[in-house]
Amino acid sequence: MAINLFDTRGTPLDQQRFTWKELVQKPISKLDDDAFTRVRIILMNGIEQQANRFQHLCSQMNGDLREALACVRRVEHHQQTMVNWLLSGDHSPLETTIGYEQVAIEVTGAIAQQEPDEYLAQVYRFGLLEDFDHMYRYSALMDRVEGKDANNILQSYTDIIPGRRTSVEHRHPIDDLRDFYDRTDAEPISKLNALTIMSGEHQTRDYYMTIGPTFSDPVARQLYAEIASIEEQHVTQYGSIIDPDETMLEKWLLYEANEAYNYYSCMESESNSRIKAIWERFLNYELGHLHLVKELFEKHEKRDAAEILPEMLPDPIPFESQREFVRKTLEEELHLSAVGPEFVDNSAETEETIEYREYLNSAGSPSEAVAAGYQWQPGTELSREGKVRAA
Amino acid sequence: MEKSSQMGKNRTGMDMSPMHSEAMISGAEEYQDAGDADGQSMALIDKQYIGEADPIGSVPMPGTLRGALKAGMEKVAGHNPEVFLNKLGERLAFERTGVRLYESVITKCEAADESHPVGPVTVEELRRIRNEEAEHFRLLKDAMESMGADPTAQTPDADISGVAAMGIQHVLNDPRTSMSQSLEMLLTLELTDNAAWEMLITLADDLGLEELVAQFRHALAQEEDHIRVVRSWYETMIMSQAAKTPPAASH
Repeated sequence: MAINLFDTRGTPLDQQRFTWKELVQKPISKLDDDAFTRVRIILMNGIEQQANRFQHLCSQMNGDLREALACVRRVEHHQQTMVNWLLSGDHSPLETTIGYEQVAIEVTGAIAQQEPDEYLAQVYRFGLLEDFDHMYRYSALMDRVEGKDANNILQSYTDIIPGRRTSVEHRHPIDDLRDFYDRTDAEPISKLNALTIMSGEHQTRDYYMTIGPTFSDPVARQLYAEIASIEEQHVTQYGSIIDPDETMLEKWLLYEANEAYNYYSCMESESNSRIKAIWERFLNYELGHLHLVKELFEKHEKRDAAEILPEMLPDPIPFESQREFVRKTLEEELHLSAVGPEFVDNSAETEETIEYREYLNSAGSPSEAVAAGYQWQPGTELSREGKVRAA
Repeated sequence: MEKSSQMGKNRTGMDMSPMHSEAMISGAEEYQDAGDADGQSMALIDKQYIGEADPIGSVPMPGTLRGALKAGMEKVAGHNPEVFLNKLGERLAFERTGVRLYESVITKCEAADESHPVGPVTVEELRRIRNEEAEHFRLLKDAMESMGADPTAQTPDADISGVAAMGIQHVLNDPRTSMSQSLEMLLTLELTDNAAWEMLITLADDLGLEELVAQFRHALAQEEDHIRVVRSWYETMIMSQAAKTPPAASH
């Protein structure tokens, strides 16, 4: 189903209502639902959270838009609630963390391949290898502290092998800033991709910052502190690829289009029919928001929204295992680091980054400690211990 | 049969997606050697923090001098009364939480229907146990007040027993959990409770608090009955389901 952004007006804002019973629906099954249903839920929570965050900031910087922002934002908030509450209560914080990293790997992998701008695609591949390593470290933590197998969450879609070592991902803030796309000639899909990945990374940062201190184990507390720091770097990186010269309304337009694009992508691939109906409902809500923002844009900026938006929503983001792409990237780009916006061999890092990293790691590295000698095994590494003893 | 015991499309295991699983295993072996998996590096960090750690907290001092001079406290002179107070506080918190946990199972029992069988469990019996847990809470509150201690304070062992009970609460409050899953949680709760009352009686006896020992023994007798009842329900539910031919999985 193709979606025309100018013909489809979606659900009018005044018809976008919820009851508490609707907001808090039956959750998915951690055991029986497909892992990609959880991936879509986590991603859409992040998309809604970022929309809400953006709209709050806009409201504090633009008096004329306050009322429209408040009305749209309240709906976005409740959409986020309905989506996030689909996660069932038997997900431990660490299991949800594995889900967050699966989102980071599978969605970034898919977007890196659909991104038409080679530089931006490189940015995504760069971040991908870092999140890929987080999966390995958290899986080791889950195995060694809780005695659980991360693959119960991943369902064999996503590899648990080291990526760019987390301990070397720490860089000076200036070396996390990338070049931004040019709002006047970037493809619309490039703008949407940037919002999707930035939103996902921002919610991951916030999630780790919230649950990190709920762990009692010192290694877990340290590991969450370390990986949250990389997520902060990633938000810096992905935020920096967005053209800062876009106007506020131009950005708002893109945010709403991106929400619609993401719900559309989810709807197209969802295997759980009950959840698919939610994606479809919210696609129509977002098209309603987009229509409202288009009118505001045209009224205040005296420009045609067609200058910014594509006529048709792009092909949906594929939600499927990106194993082969991730491994290829791993083999070709593991050695990369960054000097400002340039990707370079890790032998060419700046003194500032080296000094920054060496000091952070000078009293030990939690990500190295947690995974020392760790090789994932079906059923946890204790299964291997049994095999070795039997041999 | 409870739905949670029926077969379905559980996707968590390796057998559910043979091709993906084969790639997972070969990748793990190809990209990362298995090394020393004894967790020594993690233990080093843990030990450093253990060495530097502060305690969970402290046992609160009696709020008033008058309180400290009450008969109960005078009797325990020559001992470390804070150990007893800590354990009294723990039992009080545990029994108070226990009341709420039984209430949660009562709600589940009241919601019974064909898809949510409760076997031999009855609301009346659950209420009786719930009321006895509430009685124990009040007994401990009175005991703490008689010692001049503050029953509204959270002692360190009360705190950590609350942390330990978080998983049990989580399971009981989930509308998706079955009666037999809930009963297993209650059994865990009651087994711990039983051993803890025995400890409390030993402590009170050592302190020469004869009146409390008698009251605590009565509570322990009731707790032993709770274990018998809950264990019998649990075993009956599991065994009766195991004995039937499972129906075809439905989704």
